[in-house]
Amino acid sequence: MEKIIEVSNLVKKFNAFTAVDAISFSIEKGEFFGLLGPNGAGKTTTIRMLYGFSPPTQGSLKLFGMDITTHWRNIKARIGVCQQDNTLDPDLTVAQNLKIFAGYFSIPKNEALQRSRDLLDFFALWHKKDAKVLQLSGGMARRLILARALINKPELLILDEPTTGLDPQSRHQVWEKLEALKKTGLTVLITTHYMEEASRLCDRLVIVDHGKILVDGSPRELISRHAGNNVIEIEGPDNALRDYVKTHQVAHDDLGRRMIIYTPGGTDLNDTIRDKFCHEKCTYRNSTLEDVFLRLTGRELRE
Amino acid sequence: MINQAVFSWRFLRVWKRNLVVYQKIWKVNFIIPLLEPLFYILAFGLGFSGLIGDVSYRGTNYPYTAFIAPALIATAVMWNAFFETTYASFVRMYYQKTFDGMLATPLSLEEIIVAEIVWSATKSVGAATIMLTVLGFMGFVQFPSGLLLIPMAFLGGLAFGAIGMFFTGIIPTIDMFNLPIFLFVTPMFLFSGTFFPVSNLPQWAQPIALIFPLYHLVELARGFGLETHVTGTFLSVSYLLVFFCIFLLLGLKAMRKRLIS
Repeated sequence: MEKIIEVSNLVKKFNAFTAVDAISFSIEKGEFFGLLGPNGAGKTTTIRMLYGFSPPTQGSLKLFGMDITTHWRNIKARIGVCQQDNTLDPDLTVAQNLKIFAGYFSIPKNEALQRSRDLLDFFALWHKKDAKVLQLSGGMARRLILARALINKPELLILDEPTTGLDPQSRHQVWEKLEALKKTGLTVLITTHYMEEASRLCDRLVIVDHGKILVDGSPRELISRHAGNNVIEIEGPDNALRDYVKTHQVAHDDLGRRMIIYTPGGTDLNDTIRDKFCHEKCTYRNSTLEDVFLRLTGRELRE
Repeated sequence: MINQAVFSWRFLRVWKRNLVVYQKIWKVNFIIPLLEPLFYILAFGLGFSGLIGDVSYRGTNYPYTAFIAPALIATAVMWNAFFETTYASFVRMYYQKTFDGMLATPLSLEEIIVAEIVWSATKSVGAATIMLTVLGFMGFVQFPSGLLLIPMAFLGGLAFGAIGMFFTGIIPTIDMFNLPIFLFVTPMFLFSGTFFPVSNLPQWAQPIALIFPLYHLVELARGFGLETHVTGTFLSVSYLLVFFCIFLLLGLKAMRKRLIS
């Protein structure tokens, strides 16, 4: 398979602070790849290096087989970037945002108009084409940013938290659009805080923390590898339960007032625990990527 | 392998963006350079010149209004370019994140910054042209030599746009533009031979005025506008060019440090 992104031993230092600490990964053509991690893990820093905004301190970074430090202009012409901040041009209308942006890629005027029309249509924004961007709702602004990132028909789409701050309806609409784009064979790199989003969209993902990659795999693989198949959450666990999980070596997290037990499917373990130790309130559910994420990166706040 | 060149004609796309935005508000902005010279000429002509009488400049006596008319164009060039690359560029860079968006395209930072400076000079040319027309009709500017004020406005705009961009690169918050305006632009506005000849300054202060880029711009404006002299033209043009080049480089360096980390 053709490699769209090849990152090897990539390092980014800000003075004494190492934001990205020798990470390596690659993304193949057509993959929907997730870059997950808590706040300050180095996700955005990595993405900024990928689209040539921030120069790497060490290591190699290749897109489409070209080095970003030397061929940044060719590379940037072939990627679409949806930044975390709203970088829409508030001095321009919705349609002008696309048209002017197309100019930065030297796309001919007629072609730019045609593409703008198609994209506004696709993202259900055509009726807002003459509106000012400040008049758009959060969801519409996000969709416009996505439309703008696609104006150059990119071979790689980079999305930095594309649904942060959106209401559920808008988020689902963005997901549908991204799934439609995925079907066209577009390669996508996404960062997100929403594990549901990553599970739904990503073929493969890495979880990073403190600038290093902790795990790499498909959402399903990662869940079964790190959080079993099922989870039992028990409120007010007693010492008998604590002894039981210890002696039977059951994967668990003891949070004091609450215990989270990760169990593989198809064993008696589930039933035994639910029958014997469920005194106050118990929840029995499938394991999720969120369980994996919290197990690997810890539960303390990152601020 | 060699780095891809950081500068290309693509910068005109950013210039075009500013033009498109400006086209929405030009009717309002048009009024300022149209009325500004009228106000000054009226105020100084009616209220002031009776107190002052004629001004001796380079051996010829001029009515006071004729003396200040070309300088008004030079100061408008300065204000237009300096405001554009300070307040306006800062808003685009910091609040609107327009440059961040542009940096995700094949544009380089150098192209964006140069485009902003060239745009500021374009605004200076626009203001100068309108003022030139108004003052020309009032008989304060000689033609055809007065037409040279247009390229002069572009050169002056580049020089003041570049130093404005340098301040934008180093200033922490938008309120702090008060500092370069109070300490640099205002003294220059007053002491560059704009409202009285530099020869009226005390002996020790005269060489200081020569350092001001506005002094050279005013000299050029007066030279072309009053058709008085050509001596010193080469020196003043060279000074403004060098000033532009130095602050363009310093501005690029400051903006690179500020935006690219």
